[in-house]
Amino acid sequence: MPAVRQTVEHVAELETYKHGFVTAIDQEFAPKGLNADIVRFISAKKNEPEWMLQWRLEAFERWLALEEPDWARLKFPKIDYQDVYYYAAPKAKEGPKSLDEVDPELLRTYEKLGIPLKEQEVLAGVKGAPKYAVDAVFDSVSVVTTFRKELAEAGVIFCPISEALRDHPELVRKYLGSVVPVSDNYFACLNSAVFSDGSFVYVPPGVRCPMELSTYFRINAEETGQFERTLIIADKGAYVSYLEGCTAPKRDENQLHAAVVELVALDDAEIKYSTVQNWYPGDAEGKGGIYNFVTKRADCRGDRSKVSWTQVETGSAITWKYPSCVLRGEGSTGEFYSIAITNNFQQADTGTKMIHLGANTRSRIISKGISAGRSSNTYRGLVSAHPKARGARNFTQCDSLLIGKDCAAHTTPYIEARNGSARFEHEATTTKLSEDQLFYAMQRGLSQEEAVQLLVNGFVREVLQELPMEFAVEAQKLVAISLEGSVG
Amino acid sequence: MAMLSIKNLHASVDGTEIIRGLSLEVPAGEVHAIMGPNGAGKSTLSYVLTGRDGYEVSSGSVALNGEDLLALDPSERAAKGVFLSFQYPLEIPGVPALTFVRTALNAQRKARGEPEMTAPAFLKLARETAAGLKMDFEMLRRPLNVGFSGGEKKRMEIFQMAMLSPRFLILDETDSGLDIDALRIVSEGVNALRAPDRAMLVITHYQRLLDYVKPDRVHVLVKGRVVASGGPELALQLEKEGYDRFEKEAA
Repeated sequence: MPAVRQTVEHVAELETYKHGFVTAIDQEFAPKGLNADIVRFISAKKNEPEWMLQWRLEAFERWLALEEPDWARLKFPKIDYQDVYYYAAPKAKEGPKSLDEVDPELLRTYEKLGIPLKEQEVLAGVKGAPKYAVDAVFDSVSVVTTFRKELAEAGVIFCPISEALRDHPELVRKYLGSVVPVSDNYFACLNSAVFSDGSFVYVPPGVRCPMELSTYFRINAEETGQFERTLIIADKGAYVSYLEGCTAPKRDENQLHAAVVELVALDDAEIKYSTVQNWYPGDAEGKGGIYNFVTKRADCRGDRSKVSWTQVETGSAITWKYPSCVLRGEGSTGEFYSIAITNNFQQADTGTKMIHLGANTRSRIISKGISAGRSSNTYRGLVSAHPKARGARNFTQCDSLLIGKDCAAHTTPYIEARNGSARFEHEATTTKLSEDQLFYAMQRGLSQEEAVQLLVNGFVREVLQELPMEFAVEAQKLVAISLEGSVG
Repeated sequence: MAMLSIKNLHASVDGTEIIRGLSLEVPAGEVHAIMGPNGAGKSTLSYVLTGRDGYEVSSGSVALNGEDLLALDPSERAAKGVFLSFQYPLEIPGVPALTFVRTALNAQRKARGEPEMTAPAFLKLARETAAGLKMDFEMLRRPLNVGFSGGEKKRMEIFQMAMLSPRFLILDETDSGLDIDALRIVSEGVNALRAPDRAMLVITHYQRLLDYVKPDRVHVLVKGRVVASGGPELALQLEKEGYDRFEKEAA
């Protein structure tokens, strides 16, 4: 696989966290802190319909009654939710945005991040290279969405969720919160009250989305939380592949990110959702970094529907995230492919839930956790089969790789089979990156860093193969950066 | 000048001295065998020459073509042409053998300031080399050594050796775990690499391999030093008489 080699080549040019810059741009903020007025402020900023405001206020009321969960294997100081800005947006004129209207400083930011916002540049790319449309979210708002015309011709709606609330309220109202209920959990509830933007995708019946869709999330402002909301609906027989990327500047204080992603797949529909999460992880001493509390869930509502989650988690100081599938439709399929890497003082508690409700539902979990430095990496997963889920099948494989002697890996699987015909398989391994293997590779001519790279790439290969091609290479580079300096 | 020159080498592992004043010269174009009983320091010598962590040299010198080898790290030594065929080759899950070899080859080339080998040139070379070793090419697409038999692993070592085209080859117990057919194929592979600008150190416990890979010189290693050297007939003598005499002399 030439990509492996390519990674090795790239190792030399890598910096530790190259997305850590700040964009100097005029921004407007909501006052710091959280109360019902802030919720109203955000709703008003978005010109939302009254029902949406009520939805948010109700979420806020419920959030006040909830307590922050403490069951995860994560240690962090108490978050002061009143010490956060809940809304920050680049100052810009209202209305539909074309590229010409976007602040050039923002365009330069995305250029620096390697995100193609200019359609002609994407088109002028390598012959045969797949196109992908981008929704760029900067702090609390979406600044631009590309290829909308072409997508509209196919009947695909791809726009900021704030805009979908105005232009397609019936769709949003029907599906929002139908997968992750408002008070599902503490962070989802908070998100429901204050979410500011995110992407909305609707693929009509029988349509295969003509290109990859992607949203690029960027936190820029200080002391600001990002609360995005993504809603993707694949109607009967539709197909869509969606990718989410995230970065943030290097800062000494921790920043909060609490997103909610809801996927709905109707009969025979398929959604492939990939994440390359590269939030700022904090420095080598564990200072700074993003607190990432994310609720991602897919509802395989239709028969024979399929949802596949692929995630490459390399960033964040704290990761709390369990992309899940509710396998409601008969014969529906859920997949979860994950690479979670922690280095230095990072902590990750991540995994998935596969809830088998319908008959003959299938799920597959491949999780690869890599811990280095003094980090802690926990896989937490639930596989359950309800009485009606006759013939449900799951295969789970959880592999952990330890680099160095001060890191930790934990595997916490929960399995519940409430009918006799369910078949669940679980395999788990924990290995240490062996000195013998490293020496063997070095004796063949690889430097220590290259040897680690090669071995780690081998370890995660099964999952990388699930990513769309162009992102697999990116992800591989990211793996290299994340583990830099982890040995010797 | 000898290609490899070891002078009064002392080396220890975990504070225990294993190599105790070893001297050895291997001229270019020659194959030298190192024979000795268990615990004589044969494998330690191979790791000291390749620069493995934890193998501490306290005194003495090792030079390859006049250049101090001990100052280099393992990958630098590899780029200079030092290759070790491991007694127990490692399994590398998820990394196809071809990828592994190509990555190694290009890393070495880069270190030497040479251009990378192109993919077509590499594949052509790999096909020819595999055919020469009677290896199934499909095996090279599988993760390196994972689930391979002992014989397959040894053959894979020789494949890597042929692909990387090193200058100084160390074969550590390459015959162990091989049946007679595999031994013949592996030996042919090794013999094909004999060249005037190449030298080999064949480390073995038994004479068996030396029937196939004929050494120019044989050295007896006991308790970390060379206690006797001679022609190929020395190996035959050892086969007949064992190491007892040398061990008593060394004690």
